[in-house]
Amino acid sequence: MNTIVVAQLQRQFQDYIVSLYQQGFLDNQFSELRKLQDEGTPDFVAEVVSLFFDDCSKLINTMSISLERPDNVDFKQVDSGVHQLKGSSSSVGARRVKNVCISFKECCDVQNREGCLRCLQQVDYEYKMLKTKLQDLFNVSFKLCENLLVLLVYSFY
Amino acid sequence: MGMAAESQFHVLAVDDSLFDRKLIERLLQKSSCQVTTVDSGSKALEFLGLRQGIDSNDPNALSTAPVNHQVVEVNLIITDYCMPGMTGYDLLKKVKESSAFRDIPVVIMSSENVPARISRCLEEGAEEFFLKPVRLADLNKLKPHMMKTKLKNQKLEEIETTSKVENGVPTAVVEPEIKDSTQVEIEILPLQEDLLLIKEEEQTLSTNNKRKSVEEGISTDRARPRFDGIATAV
Repeated sequence: MNTIVVAQLQRQFQDYIVSLYQQGFLDNQFSELRKLQDEGTPDFVAEVVSLFFDDCSKLINTMSISLERPDNVDFKQVDSGVHQLKGSSSSVGARRVKNVCISFKECCDVQNREGCLRCLQQVDYEYKMLKTKLQDLFNVSFKLCENLLVLLVYSFY
Repeated sequence: MGMAAESQFHVLAVDDSLFDRKLIERLLQKSSCQVTTVDSGSKALEFLGLRQGIDSNDPNALSTAPVNHQVVEVNLIITDYCMPGMTGYDLLKKVKESSAFRDIPVVIMSSENVPARISRCLEEGAEEFFLKPVRLADLNKLKPHMMKTKLKNQKLEEIETTSKVENGVPTAVVEPEIKDSTQVEIEILPLQEDLLLIKEEEQTLSTNNKRKSVEEGISTDRARPRFDGIATAV
């Protein structure tokens, strides 16, 4: 009975990951990250991804403050934030976030506050969306582990 | 793991971003290197011992610390370009200006593809310039560089013990036997891919030299979905 569940979950996991790539949430860099994970460092991807989301939240916050007052925007600050965000999203394989950062940088370069605010909103949306998606993935992965464990135990009898 | 079984290569990684440090550290560990990470150029210099002011001509160098001949062996320095305070380029210059450390290969990383920046770094003596995100395949290029220093250090030790030569042995004397054409083992890592990868050719082709080529490394284009990982926690 369990084997069927496992097979289904496996497929679900596979399909889900593929869809994340196809929908452009993730790119090749994410698979590069997965290569770096092994038995000795089983939490690597999770740690890095979590660091990334923390970064997003912090940077979005500071940029939001910098952009708050229309008469006194610290574009240097914003630029620095975008630069960092672009870098980390690129390193993690968070494709959509990275793409927004590219537009964001352009708005910043021409000191377009309205444009920046729009991009900020978008970046916020995209990273949260990715976070949810990856969480779903983790959940499937976890269920898979649970079921495989049960299978393993049963195989002894 | 083929090369240098007894002693690993020791790499000093410099980056102000915690995220990037974590990444480069894992990348280097995966390439069987010993890693020390610091978050600034000045800390890097401190680690190298340059702050002790023995070899640098810097008038600001601290001379309060005891003279330290026991230099930590570093086979390679890999540094981010954009850092507050001392940039990667500044660090590169300082290292190359120092008689003790100028032979340590320096690699610069940057998230921005600026050809002028790249050539400036290479002219100043950087061995390689990597565009971020750095990948495992890029690090394979570094083995020959690190091997050179290691062998040179070993040779220097031999010379020193036999003839008490001073530290500033010119590079030309110790002819590195290992050339760039050394057989470098490209590790074919077991692919844990279980998915169809969209081939990302976003890399804007930089005008010339030293661009990271995705093709060189482990091909990630295998379109063979294969799921055999049990605890493949993403």
